[in-house]
Amino acid sequence: MEVLDIDARAAKLGIDWSQVNLDSIQLPPGQDFGIESDDEAVYHDDQSEFDTGFGNIIVVDHLPVVPMEKFEKLEGVVKKIYNQIGVIKENGLWMPVDPDTKMTLGYCFIEFNSPQEAQNAKEKSHGYKLDKSHIFAVNMFDDFDRLMNVKEEWEPPQARPYVPGENLQKWLTDEKARDQLVIRSGPDTEVFWNDARQKNPEPVHKRPYWTESYVQWSPLGTYLVTLHKQGAAVWGGADTFTRLMRYQHSMVKLVDFSPGEKYLVTYHSQEPSNPRDASKVEIKVFDVRTGRMMRDFKGSADEFSIGGPGGVAGASWPVFRWAGGKDDKYFAKLSKNTISVYETETFSLIDKKSMKVDNVVDICWSPTDSILSLFVPEQGGGNQPAKVALVSIPSKVELRQKNLFSVSDCKMYWQSSGEYLAVKVDRYTKTKKSTYSGFELFRIKERDIPIEVLELDNKNDKIIAFAWEPKGHRFAVIHGDQPRPDVSFYSMKTAQNTGRVSKLGTLKAKQANALFWSPTGKYIILAGLKGFNGQLEFFNVDELETMATAEHFMATDIEWDPTGRYVATAVTSVHEMENGFTIWSFNGNLLYRILKDHFFQLAWRPRPPSFLTAEKEEEIAKNLKKYSKKYEAEDQDVSLLLSEQDREKRKALNEEWEKWVMQWKSLHEEEKLARQSLRDGEVSDVEEDEYEAKEVEFEDVIDVTEEIVQESM
Amino acid sequence: MRPILMKGHERPLTFLRYNRDGDLLFSCAKDHTPTLWYADNGERLGTYRGHNGAVWCCDVSRDSSRLITGSADQTAKLWDVQSGQELFTFKFGSPTRSVDFSVGDHLAVITTDPFMERTSAIHVKRIAEDPQDQVADSVLVLQSPEGRKRINRAVWGPLNQTIVSGGEDAVIRIWDSETGKLLKESDGEVGHKKPITSLAKAADDSHFITGSLDKTAKLWDMRTLTLLKTYSTVVPVNAVTMSPLLNHVVLGGGQDASAVTTTDHRAGKFEAKFYDKILQEEIGGVKGHFGPINALAFNPDGRSFSSGGEDGYVRLHHLDPDYFNIKI
Repeated sequence: MEVLDIDARAAKLGIDWSQVNLDSIQLPPGQDFGIESDDEAVYHDDQSEFDTGFGNIIVVDHLPVVPMEKFEKLEGVVKKIYNQIGVIKENGLWMPVDPDTKMTLGYCFIEFNSPQEAQNAKEKSHGYKLDKSHIFAVNMFDDFDRLMNVKEEWEPPQARPYVPGENLQKWLTDEKARDQLVIRSGPDTEVFWNDARQKNPEPVHKRPYWTESYVQWSPLGTYLVTLHKQGAAVWGGADTFTRLMRYQHSMVKLVDFSPGEKYLVTYHSQEPSNPRDASKVEIKVFDVRTGRMMRDFKGSADEFSIGGPGGVAGASWPVFRWAGGKDDKYFAKLSKNTISVYETETFSLIDKKSMKVDNVVDICWSPTDSILSLFVPEQGGGNQPAKVALVSIPSKVELRQKNLFSVSDCKMYWQSSGEYLAVKVDRYTKTKKSTYSGFELFRIKERDIPIEVLELDNKNDKIIAFAWEPKGHRFAVIHGDQPRPDVSFYSMKTAQNTGRVSKLGTLKAKQANALFWSPTGKYIILAGLKGFNGQLEFFNVDELETMATAEHFMATDIEWDPTGRYVATAVTSVHEMENGFTIWSFNGNLLYRILKDHFFQLAWRPRPPSFLTAEKEEEIAKNLKKYSKKYEAEDQDVSLLLSEQDREKRKALNEEWEKWVMQWKSLHEEEKLARQSLRDGEVSDVEEDEYEAKEVEFEDVIDVTEEIVQESM
Repeated sequence: MRPILMKGHERPLTFLRYNRDGDLLFSCAKDHTPTLWYADNGERLGTYRGHNGAVWCCDVSRDSSRLITGSADQTAKLWDVQSGQELFTFKFGSPTRSVDFSVGDHLAVITTDPFMERTSAIHVKRIAEDPQDQVADSVLVLQSPEGRKRINRAVWGPLNQTIVSGGEDAVIRIWDSETGKLLKESDGEVGHKKPITSLAKAADDSHFITGSLDKTAKLWDMRTLTLLKTYSTVVPVNAVTMSPLLNHVVLGGGQDASAVTTTDHRAGKFEAKFYDKILQEEIGGVKGHFGPINALAFNPDGRSFSSGGEDGYVRLHHLDPDYFNIKI
């Protein structure tokens, strides 16, 4: 209705608008005279009423059937029972009555304040014995539809037809035997093939806002896990990435896989409202394939750590450390004075109890066997020596232990095939004012586990980094003083005697503070990250020679691809400049470089271990020439193709440019006269002007001075 | 060849300009005195004293007789090149950012910054043959639609028919220099994403290059404003120039001056980077400055170029014979 119409109507009815208080007019409820309300609040109220649903109502069955006289008494009894469990809403109890017989029907509805209370009431009072013949059957109102449809006769569940899943490992069958890597930059997460032949990455899958914090590959590379507000999700598939499973864990912060990727551990911690309290920690263990939660652990952060500086506001990650091997049998948790070892068949403690080890500060699993190494520091001001021990699980038998004196700290390093354990021991000097370091080397696979003590040539050298050769018998140590420490290589074998450690060589004064062995051994990168601006040295340990030196300025991360053919170095967004990554060949050739602003993460997709036996691998290594022929031919083809494409592209660009230039030239020619007039008739354009050399002679008297020259006789 | 280091300024360089013959090099800096150098050996010839603020830009007439400079002291000045004498002062209510003589040197385009209530503007002044007859009136004043955003550079288009401008709003505009009508605006899709810092045109006025803080430089057709090429680098671009001899473009820049002191000098990438104009591929770089590069200019003979940095130095590079044989 137009305003004018309203005015006209009002005039006709003899109403003076100015006298009418519009707010005082009340319409009968439900009547809007066909005018829709523009009051948004009305809609909102409706909405909230609707949302509550019937989740807070339970249905209590098997009540006594009583006549009207006893109605109130029964109501009182029921109210009394349920008021003990939760708060019944006002008028929340409704017991229907048969209108013909005036008898109750033997059931009632109870509405609670919250669905939680209703749930609780259902669980607690189901099966409640009012008397012998009246045993309560309690159900949620929401479940009723479902319960009504239960068939009278039991039907055997239908066997679901087997649907063959996707081949989750298809990426391993890539014809060019390439590896994948995932990167995160800005809002995007991208998976690439590392196509070293084409010298660029080939995109596989890209998705903005794929994860809310970070992504992680599973240890065998089958899954990529993403983190979200509601929980974690794993992705994988034959050709692209589809979501395979979700794991509900609200506000999940960290995830960890078991080494055989059977289980996924998710972690969430909550800052306490009172800053003096420890933060609350919740950890869930899921079965990766079924998505079922196997066990959850809740508690304060103290229960999941032993004091020291934690990872993400609370416990140090991973809280649960998985025993080595592919069968994912055991996992262990370290807390104050106890080591709790769980087994995954029942997800309970082995022998139903934790191991008591007073003051234990560190535990470490062997990467291949269920052997746990643990370290207990000195107690009582040195009266009780520090101890490193190896414990076999599940028997909890101590295989070997060693007491160590005047120790300030220990760090344990397992070799990747579980053959050796190196313990770096920091000891106090006699004056107790400073420390020096040495190694205790355990040979796990030999009888009685012999221990050997290794000290560096210069005992006082500080140890900056230590790394075992993967699957090998060698290790590298960076020791000495910054900024030019030395790097030494040792072997657990000597030429004649296999039972002794020997030094292979020392490189003096290297700009390095981190060691990165190739996953296949033999090659190592000595890297100077952070303070050293990204110095890289590609070193061959077999020959003890440097293959190449390079620099990826300000590099923050280095990661070998799982085959040891390529290395990625990256500058992540801890720096503002030059974010991106570079791919190198194993011997230090720069292959290509990708720059991305806000570059956060790079991770190679791991590969499961090879099925080839050690003998077969050795045979291939020996006859490498024979095997590599085919690949070299392919390489050649690719590089030919590349240069062909490149040439053509360049040709096209050049032709296009020529066309433009010709256009300009003709225009320029046409405008020649116009330009001349603008320049007051001066003919020469810069470009058509042949310089005329004019010789100009110019004389100028610069200065005149008079000097009296004395004639000397 | 070793570059010649020319230390004549006490503050960061802002602009460099060769005369047509390529024997003189004019430099402007945030100190108040534009300086004239021999473009061959870097010897200082003289200075132009009179400004009272940072000098942002200059241009020299075709016959190398007149110099025009624009300064933060809210003036643009005309000078006699040879004597260093101040001939005329154009007064504006706000700092002048860029100056450019037209073909024939009878007109000059001068841009002014937004300042207090004033919005950024492009002024066209008539330059009298005889400085005695010079008047201060503008022939034309153009107002940018984005008045609060600075116009960093405005130059004459072919035959003085148009004026091309670029600035902080990342848009390149072509104006009719006769009527003042806005003719063309660069496409937001393909254009720059961050402020345009510099603009340089080809010798034949057919195309021009712009540098921007979005870490790219772009090559445009001067008549149609079609995007021809894009050159990407890793740092914000402060200065651009094109070789008149080969199909090369040079980009200079570096991280923000405020962040310079917090990082290693290598991190800043204070390099003059050469790109192939057609293939858009990087050819090489010339290091040396220890601050961002603010100004670049190619000698009209194409055999040398100079760069001016935040570090206060002008580096004059005579290109090696090898440079002229680069094949990519």
